Amino acid sequence: MSIYRKPVIFIIVSLVVVLVGSVVSTFIPLFMPSMEPALEGITPYNPIELEGRDIYIREGCNNCHTQTVRPLLFETARYGEPSKLGEFVHDRPHLWGSKRTGPDLARVGGKYPDSWHYKHMENPQAMFKDSNMPPYAWLAGNRLDTSLAEKKMKTLHFPFADAEIRALDGKTEMDALVAYLQKLGRTKKPQPLAATTQGAATAVESPAVAEGHKIFDENCAGCHGADLAGGLGPNLTDAEWKFGGSDADLILSITEGRPGGMPSWKSVLDQDKTGKVVAYIRSRAKG
Amino acid sequence: MRQEESYEDGAVKGFIFSSLFWLVIGLVVGLLIAAQLFAPALNLLPWLTYGRLRPVHTNGLAFGFAVTAIIGVSYYVVQRLARAPLVFPGLARASLWLMNITVALGAASLFMGFTSSKEYAELEWPIDILVVVVWVMFAVNMVATLIKRREEQMYISLWYLLATVVVVALLYIVNNLAIPVSWFKSYSAYAGANDANVQWWYGHNAVASLFTFPILAFFYYFLPKSTNLPIYSHRLSIIAFWSLVFGYMWTGAHHLVYTPIPDWIQTMAIALSIFLIAPSWGSVINGYYTMQGSWATVQSNYLVKFFLWGITFYGLQTIQGPTQAIRWISQFVHYTDYIPGHVHMGTMGWVTMIISASFYYLVPKLYNTSLYSIKLANNHFWLVLVGQLIFSITMWITGLQQGAMLTATNEDGSLRYSFLETLVHNYPYWMMRFAGGIIYFAGIVIFVYNLAKTTANRGGREAAA
Repeated sequence: MSIYRKPVIFIIVSLVVVLVGSVVSTFIPLFMPSMEPALEGITPYNPIELEGRDIYIREGCNNCHTQTVRPLLFETARYGEPSKLGEFVHDRPHLWGSKRTGPDLARVGGKYPDSWHYKHMENPQAMFKDSNMPPYAWLAGNRLDTSLAEKKMKTLHFPFADAEIRALDGKTEMDALVAYLQKLGRTKKPQPLAATTQGAATAVESPAVAEGHKIFDENCAGCHGADLAGGLGPNLTDAEWKFGGSDADLILSITEGRPGGMPSWKSVLDQDKTGKVVAYIRSRAKG
Repeated sequence: MRQEESYEDGAVKGFIFSSLFWLVIGLVVGLLIAAQLFAPALNLLPWLTYGRLRPVHTNGLAFGFAVTAIIGVSYYVVQRLARAPLVFPGLARASLWLMNITVALGAASLFMGFTSSKEYAELEWPIDILVVVVWVMFAVNMVATLIKRREEQMYISLWYLLATVVVVALLYIVNNLAIPVSWFKSYSAYAGANDANVQWWYGHNAVASLFTFPILAFFYYFLPKSTNLPIYSHRLSIIAFWSLVFGYMWTGAHHLVYTPIPDWIQTMAIALSIFLIAPSWGSVINGYYTMQGSWATVQSNYLVKFFLWGITFYGLQTIQGPTQAIRWISQFVHYTDYIPGHVHMGTMGWVTMIISASFYYLVPKLYNTSLYSIKLANNHFWLVLVGQLIFSITMWITGLQQGAMLTATNEDGSLRYSFLETLVHNYPYWMMRFAGGIIYFAGIVIFVYNLAKTTANRGGREAAA
């Protein structure tokens, strides 16, 4: 008897053959508690974050943005701590993605102020001239559909208060999406900034103002304005400094970020570039 | 000849031309999103944004073009290899209608933003059910016909088609299990890491079972048919078949290298990916050796080019794929354009080449005529070959450059380039890739024109040689 003469038996045999690898690699892990470990500080999404997540899914943000930081040095320098299994236990579906046309977003929460996201999504090219991110200004004009909000929370067994559902009324889709982005990777309260002045002395001596200008336009002008006169971030030409005006203070602001919205740039700008940006800002400051 | 006339080929024609229709639509969407990468102003309306269109492109071509073609060509091949007509011709016609309705609804729903977000499984649950119904109709018809067959031995092509039926059903159903919230929205049955693991078990093996098994089935059927050369080794094809279907299902997690998925799952996937080179090349070698001593037919028979370049790209694909699974290569190329470059060599160079050749073989036979123009078929061939090469090679180079820039660090350990600096360097390549896409598309337009003209060429002879 040959199985090449019995189609039904052939189907059964091939099913068994493909099930071996499927069971070991994919089905058994479904029943392993170690695939979904509890991790301190990981909480389910609240109603507005979940609605925002559904908009992220609807707009296919995952086609260009991943949400996993790999445990590799160049990766953690850019995006932060490596992703951990326990961080994703509430994610149905997962949104790890497979392509980075834009940057990873696993830890984007808290990196920028809300106003940065509104401004950026409304017109990414106004902030970063060379960005290829599609503009999403229309999200701010769409009222959030809240009809399924409660059912969604119940389906996923996420805890919620009725007040949180009621608070969704009048929100826009953009509000929800920003709330979701701000949740990403945020497990604990933000750490207070450590005051260090390392690397200040050598960097500021660089006179490359022109290069600083270019770096500023690419990275800083989106918030501080191409003329440095301010926007989302404060004016840099008025000799008023919220966090101190010494070179060391400016470098610290740039490398470590400041409360109130200034992100940390140390993963993008090395000491040399930071120094050039400071030189450029000095060259434009009044008085 | 009496035998030929008893076959039920009505639905086959419908499947072929439906498939061509979705091919053109899917490629137009592909060209648009390729342009959006360097021209973001082309994201004109919410339903024309890249995020919504990319699934329309992938699902439109995977389901609308490939699955439709696979079902149609299988209906033809199964009858010949069984030496028996389809048991349920009415069911075949019904499956044609339902297939087109499903693809149309699927595309519309993706435009509207109804998506599960899981790659190549984006369709929401009501459409998933339609897909499964079409597939069951196909499976029932095929298996029933095989049970009633008059040819004792089942040829290699039938093994691959039976494996396709089984594996696609298993993958599609398991990965798409979800908890519905409404008609248009559901949440995955799995959470986090398990959801990712199930997704890529599906994602990788759907590629195996749609873009490998049935395409090999057609290769093994149409190459001997159009050249009158027997397949080189039956024994090799047996070994290759079983090790391929066994090996594939372990490898999904090579899409998850360096993610939080446990190392043992990743390592197993990487090891089995490398193992797969052997059975893949079993088919490649079988193809080459079949042609041994008869290479001159490449000049006399226009179809042979499609088969040989197709199987060659399959061979390259199945070397490149496993290398990408290796950790230190993955860390460099993962998440870059290198990976979609790899996918496009497989789909544009292998899958579409073999399906094109199958259609060229079938359409004149089904309409009882000869091909409208062999010259145009040759033009089609060279355009898709050149277009595809420009397309995939450009994407590999882009990917390598992205990898190099994103991993570059200064002496103090800080990153050398901001993300935006790496992005701007992609633009020239993305434009070049778009040009490759246009050349490829021109070839496909000629292909469709040639086949459409052939149907009107009833009883005629080939006009210009």
